[in-house]
Amino acid sequence: MSSITYLEAIRLAQRRALEEDPRVFIYGQDVGGFGGAFKATKNLAKEFPGRVLDAPISEDAMVGLAIGAAIEGMRPIVEMQFADFSTCGFNQIVNQAATLFYRTGTSCPLVIRLPSGGTPGGGPFHSQSMEALYAHYPGLVVMTPATVEDVYTMLLEAVALDDPVIFCEHKFLYYHLKADKLPEEALPFGKARIARPGRDVTVVAYSAMLHEALAAAEELSSDGYDIEVVDLRCVRPIDTDTILASVARTGRLLVLSEAWPWGGVAAEVIARVATEGFGLLDAPPQRLNARETPVPYHPALWGTHRPTASSVANSLRQLLEL
Amino acid sequence: MNPMVAAVGQKNDFSGVNRIGNTRENARRSYRTMLESRILEEKLATLYRSGKIVGGVFLGRGQEALSVALGVHLRKGDIYAPLIRDQAGRLAFGDTILDTLRTYLGSSLGSMRGRDGNIHRGRPSEGYHAMISHLGAMVSTVCGSLMAKRFRGETGVVGATCIGEGGTSTGSFHEGINLAAVEKLPLVVVVANNQFAYSTPNNRQFACDDLMIRAEGYGIKGRRAEGNDLLDCLAVIGEAVGEARAGGGPQLVVADLLRLVGHGEHDDASYIPAALKESPLGRDCLELARTALLENGWISDEENAQWLSSIENEVDETSTKVLREPAPDPAEEDWNAFSVVGRSDSDEEET
Repeated sequence: MSSITYLEAIRLAQRRALEEDPRVFIYGQDVGGFGGAFKATKNLAKEFPGRVLDAPISEDAMVGLAIGAAIEGMRPIVEMQFADFSTCGFNQIVNQAATLFYRTGTSCPLVIRLPSGGTPGGGPFHSQSMEALYAHYPGLVVMTPATVEDVYTMLLEAVALDDPVIFCEHKFLYYHLKADKLPEEALPFGKARIARPGRDVTVVAYSAMLHEALAAAEELSSDGYDIEVVDLRCVRPIDTDTILASVARTGRLLVLSEAWPWGGVAAEVIARVATEGFGLLDAPPQRLNARETPVPYHPALWGTHRPTASSVANSLRQLLEL
Repeated sequence: MNPMVAAVGQKNDFSGVNRIGNTRENARRSYRTMLESRILEEKLATLYRSGKIVGGVFLGRGQEALSVALGVHLRKGDIYAPLIRDQAGRLAFGDTILDTLRTYLGSSLGSMRGRDGNIHRGRPSEGYHAMISHLGAMVSTVCGSLMAKRFRGETGVVGATCIGEGGTSTGSFHEGINLAAVEKLPLVVVVANNQFAYSTPNNRQFACDDLMIRAEGYGIKGRRAEGNDLLDCLAVIGEAVGEARAGGGPQLVVADLLRLVGHGEHDDASYIPAALKESPLGRDCLELARTALLENGWISDEENAQWLSSIENEVDETSTKVLREPAPDPAEEDWNAFSVVGRSDSDEEET
């Protein structure tokens, strides 16, 4: 069987959503005949005439349109060309979509796909990880799938959900991450997954950082350490129970995020473990984030800006000595 | 005058056009709704001054004619996203004195249940969008609801929203109208140019001669209405709504007027020059409408007096009733911003 990439899984999930639910439509820049900047909607405009529509370069209005359509019972999927550009639609997302149900009792079932995270040469405005910003706002679900299987099942889950979903798909995983087939079943909504069981340290990661964590865990296994890796999958809601259960087994915690540390997902995980599971810890909880500058352009700088398997392995060795 | 302004002016000369909105019944209903709006807003101001309403009170005094003219031309099944000074249009669209008072007073029985207040009210599932404070944002949500209707094959519907001249400076306003034009949506946008955005005069807000020329730039139809003349507003907005409903694409209506109150009841509007208040722009649309209806023989003094007293009674009684209604109880409040996530009857947990 031919292998399916993370990107193709996104396309196939959208295809299936369009096929199975007449309320679904896709709206975004270049998503129509062109098939999207990354080809995540390739051929879909042809297969589903009138339901995959090119939008003007108007992120605010794109999201506003999705909100109005969702109010009327549609299930819009908005593609932001890059997650970074969602700041131009930020007002509609956080002030209109996120508040609608609490204010009015009317649900706002929409999905905003954010091609997220860094790639070599991406630079400051095509590399950002926005999940912490959106997770801050009550009313928004924020998904951060790290595998081909998850990106497929979670995108379908996002479309089916009655709440607005910010779907952070990682561009670095688009092409090189592959699976033989797509799953028919998935973990329950909002559940984290033990991606690698272990007993010495818990590494909590999500999105592309999962793979750096797994590589670091593999590296440390040759030194005789047994690292447990938790894949959050979804950062809001966040599965505190699975994290605490893992820390209860290992006593040590390292949280990884490609985003900046200040007020981020890693900070939130550590705050939850410190407040709800302080007694489980044998050492101070640690985090490893991106460096606190804009995301640099040159691969040599970028490769040092974000956590990598080798920097994760270093952090793990330090944590094991604490 | 530059050539573009001249061209647009020519395009929008309606002297020979049949003014479909200008009927006796529409005028009577509009005038009665304007009276309701005025009397209700006076009650809101009183409640605010006596400390019964928290936050703010934002009134549409002087803008009722323009506001109501849009509301009366909309039907069930249409989409309406009113803004800050649209009490009259809201009542015409189907909002009630009761729900207005409940929302301002934060009653747990109101549609916003104390979770949002004053002008931030609506029933989105009934096509009545609840504005957010960020100006221009409602233009594209109306577009989205119209897109949904298009997907479902519903025709003959209109979506309408209102904004002030200040709101036309926002990116959202531009993006929303441009998108509507690209999709040829049946959108009507009414701009109430009341000369001041809070305290900022037009010469600090925009530099074109006339906001209506922007319609040309978007490739949509623009019209001008006399903002304090009910019959003119009814006629011009009637044409705009009719053309949108018939498939003519987005419509812009710009009307000059003056708000006869502050931005909110906390504001004495001392920045509005006396000369402007005394100019034709400062004439009270309610007085002008009453005179016009009396002159046309569409109401009598007796009927006008009857309407006044009946509305005053309704507003007083409703206010007394709502003041006795329960406030929201923090202990009973559903402190969950999600629709399904974290609900006990679903497996979708928010921890």
